[in-house]
Amino acid sequence: MTTEIIEARRLTKSFGSFKAVDDLSFTINNGEVYGFLGQNGAGKSTTMRMLLGLIYPDNGTVYIRGREFNNRTRHLLAYIGAVIERPDLYLYLTGWENLKLFAHLSGKEITSARMHEVLDIVGLSGREKDKVKGYSQGMKQRLGIAIALIHDPELLILDEPTNGLDPQGIAEMRFLINRLSKELGKTIMISSHLLHEIEQVATNMIILHKGRKIVEGKVADLLSPADTSVKIRLTPDEAVITKLKDSEWKGQISSTQVGQITFKTDPKNVPAINSWLVNHGAEVLQINVTHSLEDYFLSLTSEDHAAAGTI
Amino acid sequence: MLRLELFKIFKRPRTYISFGIVAAIALVIELAMYADGKNFINFALQGINEQFDLRGNILNGYLITYIILQTLLVQIPLLVALVAGDAIAGEASMGTLRLLLTKPQSRSKVIIVKFVASLCYALLLLLWLAIVALGLSVLIFGAGDMINLKSDAMVIILKDDVLWRYIAAFAFAALAMATVAALALLLSCFADNSIGPIVGTMGIIIVLMIFSTLDLPIFSVIKQYLFTTHMVGWKAFFDDPVPYKAVGTSAMVLLVYTFLFLGASIVWFNKKDIQS
Repeated sequence: MTTEIIEARRLTKSFGSFKAVDDLSFTINNGEVYGFLGQNGAGKSTTMRMLLGLIYPDNGTVYIRGREFNNRTRHLLAYIGAVIERPDLYLYLTGWENLKLFAHLSGKEITSARMHEVLDIVGLSGREKDKVKGYSQGMKQRLGIAIALIHDPELLILDEPTNGLDPQGIAEMRFLINRLSKELGKTIMISSHLLHEIEQVATNMIILHKGRKIVEGKVADLLSPADTSVKIRLTPDEAVITKLKDSEWKGQISSTQVGQITFKTDPKNVPAINSWLVNHGAEVLQINVTHSLEDYFLSLTSEDHAAAGTI
Repeated sequence: MLRLELFKIFKRPRTYISFGIVAAIALVIELAMYADGKNFINFALQGINEQFDLRGNILNGYLITYIILQTLLVQIPLLVALVAGDAIAGEASMGTLRLLLTKPQSRSKVIIVKFVASLCYALLLLLWLAIVALGLSVLIFGAGDMINLKSDAMVIILKDDVLWRYIAAFAFAALAMATVAALALLLSCFADNSIGPIVGTMGIIIVLMIFSTLDLPIFSVIKQYLFTTHMVGWKAFFDDPVPYKAVGTSAMVLLVYTFLFLGASIVWFNKKDIQS
């Protein structure tokens, strides 16, 4: 059964004349992984901070489990675990001491067995007695997640958890998030400025731009294969293009220009299209597979598509 | 939650620097007195010795403790500000404040606990001062009647009448340190770096102390309302008789300031956006 964990209703926040979040509404339901996508400065962190009561909205309300969240109902934070931006910890304490300290603040009785369990989940078993100042960035991030998980919350809010990690750390973090979602059934809200990162872990996606929500939906719907754009660069050959326009692929051609053909097709058709071109005498120089949503998202970095309902 | 705050304070190596500084100052004074105390006493009492015949163990532990306490008048508030000023701003600069506030604890409780933890630290520091100043001085120099030299009078307190006065003076000093801790905590709520609140606290105390001690008519109206005027109220316990009414007034002023600073901290911190 779908249960609403958090609802953000018409959140607005300005810092001076800068509107960081503008009339933003969305709902987080249990069992899903929500990707919160946007460029740097899009309002992701501000929104997450408002959900956690770190920043107060100028307008709008946050509901946790159907109850209005404010300074008098901070006990509702027991439903949530969070790592906001960097996992800053007490560097002069050990991993175990950090975990124990925050476990005591979680509002629940936490046993040593539970502490060992979460350390095992995040892959820090055996390193808990080391001082945190000796941890790598990835280890600090995982300890931050252990702290967020310690009281077994329903929802995990992770703000850019792969920031500052090396490729191996990013892969480990992705694996951990998938495990938390699939094996432990956690609802997760994760922010990133990278679409492919969200694509790999999220079931739902919300895209923010200049504080406004511009896209929301299921990742499977938003990134359906039919919306994939395949750009093929080849040596200029008019005859091949003419033949192609009469072939079985003609319905999937979206544009042609000298030395380049663009298809709107399922990525699994790419080998067949490539074979057809080679068999008809074309020299294929480069194949680029991109999703229209990715194109759209990349275009946000240079253009203003902030008006709601653009997509 | 208080236990956790104290755990954090006493797990930091720099916390112990304060205890080291207090011990060092007390020991230096004690050593200097041990080596050259007689000359110091003769110099201090040169006017009085011409009119009175003072006999017995004048250079005793009680007198030396009083000298040490006078010396540490500015240092102890600074050491208290080091911890209380760091309480919120230090967590903000480390980034742990946002993690702390994502836990289901009220912000008011966070402030009160941090204040109580700072107060515990101040009390331990005063206890340590009592051990290294009073305990050690009495051990080295022995006990005796205590001479309290004031600008316009000399008070001699009999040996058996001194100890309770020190206990009362330390209790009063604890109240003064509570005011300092509350002020430092208030400034700490405004900052994201602990240097500002620590320097700010000391700046305010030094400036107000100048107002409190300068005998200029322009300051005489306001000085009775300044908490710094009343912070030195512990000295009154070494008058004879003890001016209990003045001590009570000073204690009341310090209490009012403490609650004022603490209340302002709670109000401000509850409204603050955590952006660190």
